[in-house]
This record gives sequence, C-alpha cells and structure tokens, in this order.
Amino acid sequence: MKSRTANKNINNSSKFDQLVTATANIRGKIIQLSHQAKTPHLGSSLSFVELLVYLYWNFLKISPKIAKDPARDRFVLSKGHGITTLYAVLAERGFFPQEFFENYAQAGSPLPEHPSPNCVPGIEAATGSLGHGLSIATGIALASKMNAIPYSVVTLLSDGECNEGSTWEAALLAPAHNLDNLIAIVDFNKWQATGRSAEITALEPLKEKFEAFGWNSIRIDGHDFRQIKSALAKAKKSDKPFAIIADTVKGKGIKMMEDDNNWHYRIPSKEEVDSAFEELGIKSL
Amino acid sequence: MRNAFADEITQIAKSDPSVVLLSGDIGNRLFDKYKESNPERFVNCGVAEANMVTMGSGLAMSGMKPVAYTIASFLIYRAFEQIRVDLSYHDAAVLLVGVGGGLSYASNGSTHHTLEDIALMRSLPNMQVICAGDPLEVRAATEAFFKDPKPTYLRIGKKGEAPVHEKALHNFVVGKSICLKRGQSVALLATGNMLPNCSSVSDELEKRGIPSSLYSFHTVKPLDKECLEEIFVGHEYVITVEEHGRLGGFGSAVAEWLASQKQPRARLLTLGTPDQFLLYTGNQEEARKKFGLDKAGLLEQITDFIGPV
Repeated sequence: MKSRTANKNINNSSKFDQLVTATANIRGKIIQLSHQAKTPHLGSSLSFVELLVYLYWNFLKISPKIAKDPARDRFVLSKGHGITTLYAVLAERGFFPQEFFENYAQAGSPLPEHPSPNCVPGIEAATGSLGHGLSIATGIALASKMNAIPYSVVTLLSDGECNEGSTWEAALLAPAHNLDNLIAIVDFNKWQATGRSAEITALEPLKEKFEAFGWNSIRIDGHDFRQIKSALAKAKKSDKPFAIIADTVKGKGIKMMEDDNNWHYRIPSKEEVDSAFEELGIKSL
Repeated sequence: MRNAFADEITQIAKSDPSVVLLSGDIGNRLFDKYKESNPERFVNCGVAEANMVTMGSGLAMSGMKPVAYTIASFLIYRAFEQIRVDLSYHDAAVLLVGVGGGLSYASNGSTHHTLEDIALMRSLPNMQVICAGDPLEVRAATEAFFKDPKPTYLRIGKKGEAPVHEKALHNFVVGKSICLKRGQSVALLATGNMLPNCSSVSDELEKRGIPSSLYSFHTVKPLDKECLEEIFVGHEYVITVEEHGRLGGFGSAVAEWLASQKQPRARLLTLGTPDQFLLYTGNQEEARKKFGLDKAGLLEQITDFIGPV
C-alpha cells in the first residue's frame, strides 16, 4: 500500500489544479498554526488534507449560506485532534474569517484545540474524545430517513479510533437500518499516538472487516484525487453504508514529517516552518 | 412505572412525528402499541448503550426528539462518557429513561443496582435529573420533556407500583417539588421510588402524634431551592430519603445547599444506602430492609434523629 501513496505525481492532471493549490495552502496553514500555538497532532492533521479538500470543494452540498439548512450534507470529523485541517478548510470555504486564526487556541479564541459545540459555523459536532463520530453520523443519517429529508453524512475516523468499541457498535447497527446515506472514511495513516496501529490491534484486513459488518467498502490511496473522486461516487450510489479505507501517510506533504510518528506531538520551529513552506511552494499565507 | 412510560410515550408519539424511541434491547412487548403506530420511529439499538446514546445525540441535532430507554445501570454507567460529551456538552435534548432505578432489580445483584447514578448525573452541566416517585410522575415528567426538550435523565422503577398521587399531575413542573402533606416540625423529602415508603412513614408518624410534612422532590436537578428555603425555615427536622447511596445523591444536593445558607436552619438527616455493594440475595423489599430503607428501618432512623417527642 505504501508504494501507491509514495507516487508524488498522482495529482498532476490539470483537472485537479485548483484542489492541489488548496492542499498546499491548507498544509501551510496547519503547520503555521501548530508552530504559532504550540499545539500537537501535526502529523495526524496532514494525512487527510486531500480527502477533506475533495469533500468540501467537490462533494458535500454545504456552504456558509446553508450551514444550518436541514437538507445540507453533514461532515463529522470524528478524529477531533485533526481539527486544524477542518478549521483551515472551513475558513478557506468562507465559513468564518481567516482573522479567527490570529489567536488560535489561545485565550478567548473562537477556535479551541478540539472543537466545542458550534464554536464556528460548519462544525457539526464537538469531537476530541475518540469513537464518537460514527455513532453521531449514524444518528444524523437515521434522522434523514425518519424525516424524509435526503442528505449525505460523511464522517472521517482515524485508524487509532478503530480501537474504540463504540465505533464497531455503530458499524454493526448502520447496515441493519440500510443507511445508504452514511459514508465513513478511515484515514489509515498506519500510526496511532504511540505505535503502529496494525501492531497495537489486529486492524487488518480493515476493508474486509467493514464488509463483514455489512458495509460496502473500497480501499484507495487517500492522497490521490482521482481515487477519492471515484470512491465517493461509488459511495453515493451504494445501497448500504459505505466505508472508504484511505491509505494515507502521516505527516504527508513535508518530507521530514512523513511517516515519522514523532510529529504526533512535535511542534515545528520557525526554521522548520520556513523549510516546509518552501517545500509546499508557498511564500506566506 | 414502566407501563405508564410506555403508554405515555405511545400517546405523545401519535401527535408528535419527531418522537423516536431507542431501546437497548429491553422492554419485550412493552412497546408493542408504540411500535404498531410508529414502526419507523422505534429502533432497537441492541446491547450497545454507548452507540445508542451518541446516536440519540445525532438524532437530536437533526430535528428529532429521541428517547433512549434501557436498564438504568447499563444506561448510565456504560455510556457515561457518551452522555457527558454527546448530550451534556452538546446540550442535545435526549430523554434518557433508566428503568429499574435503585434496588428495583435487587435480586439480580449489584451489576443491576443503581445507587450512584443520581450522583453521576447531577454532576453534569445542562442535565436535568428527575426521579419519578410513582406512575403519575412518570407520565408528567415524560410529557414535560416533550414540551420543553432538554438533556434529561428520568429514573423510573419497574412495574406495578401503586400511584401515590391521587390524580394526574397537570401542574407538574420540572424543578418544582410537590407538597403532599403539611405537618409540623418534621419534613420528609422523598425522591424517586422512596415516595410510597415515605408516605406510609408519614402516616405512621402521625399515628404516633408527630404530624410530618411530605414532599416529593421528583427533580433532583435543578433543585427546588425556593421550596427548600420554606421547608428549612418552617420545620425543625428535615429528612431526605432516596433509594441511592448517601454519597452524592439527593441528600448530598440538599446538604450542599444547606451548607451555603447564612441563617441557622432545621437539622438535616440524609437517608440512603451505605458506601457498599449489596452482597445479599433478596428482592427489593428485602434489600431495602438490609439498608434500613423499609418502613420500619426508616421509622427507626427518623425517630432516633428527632428524639423523644
């Protein structure tokens, strides 16, 4: 799986130019925020940038204007520790002004280190404790069926989060209720806080696990827009809840951080931020 | 009490299409009528309380009025972190109905007892804690939730409890206790399924020449401080009674309030279960006897406290 994600030119089609530019800016913002507020989870935030960019640019029916519309699509970031990615995406899409980042995670900031309920428009759920997102999304998806208001619910989980029993309680229930509007994406970056995720628990084969639980599932390179696009198109047509197992690289996009779990907690220095910006091809934000 | 709940929720769901009933794989046949009229709005969530509670939150965020119903010990203890984060923190209006509160399932052993649930639940911000004293309080509290949905824990008994109140509680207000009887010097404050025993204790005290006031404090949170103020001024002895540990429950809530009062007040006795598990096989009444919560045990402790008349 690693060889697929190692291909640097996967997103070289001009079709995705706008998305590629967005991912560079978002990565820059994430690194900048970690440095500025001295907050951890940088590696975890960098691994799902393409997934989130694709969702918010091309898939979810959601915008600042319809942020409270009962018929909007919902996105629940189950791995709340990766919140800077979602904050950066939401700001880029106009849900709140970039100025909110000035005192990110500092006294009086509207943006806490893990999102609080409704801290800014676009945050559907306050996460940070792992193993909640799939159950929340299942409840939201069930409400769509009961209210006959069609919308999709997408939740993004970490691989570490698949340790939590509650994740699998929801995984068991959703297919029993034919929640074909529910999409779970696992950001499978192969690391959890203190070790290799597949060594800590018998996570593999993960796609097959979801299938055994009654889901349709696909395994993709989580940094490849073509594959993300095609997986989400399949998910939309699925007659069952749909799991996307996205092989990703923790710390993706910055060579010194890639697949190095020290960046779960490490804070980048000024020099490291500068070098990361250079690598991303961005001057400043 | 559980039949009263099943009947009430069935009635309410007929006129409110946002009601959804989640069950933790209990209530066999109990909800047959509900399911008949609302098959799409009943979900047996299986033996998976954590997911049930969080799903309830997701439903509440999406315009539904969910009720999560299962055995109180499993609902509160197993899913406590989910209750804290997904209901309390999100201020998500889910009605948690814990059946078999206190020692209702005494003979099933301590896995099935809930003697710490009030303490846990009243510590949560945004959470209302209601312990129904009889079937009429169950009905009134259920109705109150749907009129003004807020995160709520409703602790009920099991089946067959006789009503204590004489008629339907049309004036029931969450957070307002109900005075059933006015006496002098002694006030009995019951919460939840201790109400019937307190009522007989009050009658017995009267026979012995000690007319006592009797209050149902169905709501432990928010605590009816206004009523406590009157009670502690108007009596010499106040006794709280609950089928729950003395640590952290209703009696503790009253004691916390009392400690903050400036003027000297009536003396307080808090009756509940001791700081231990019940390692004794017996039914609810026998278990109460072990813990001094039966009529005789209560009378003994109360008369000890108030001394010779």
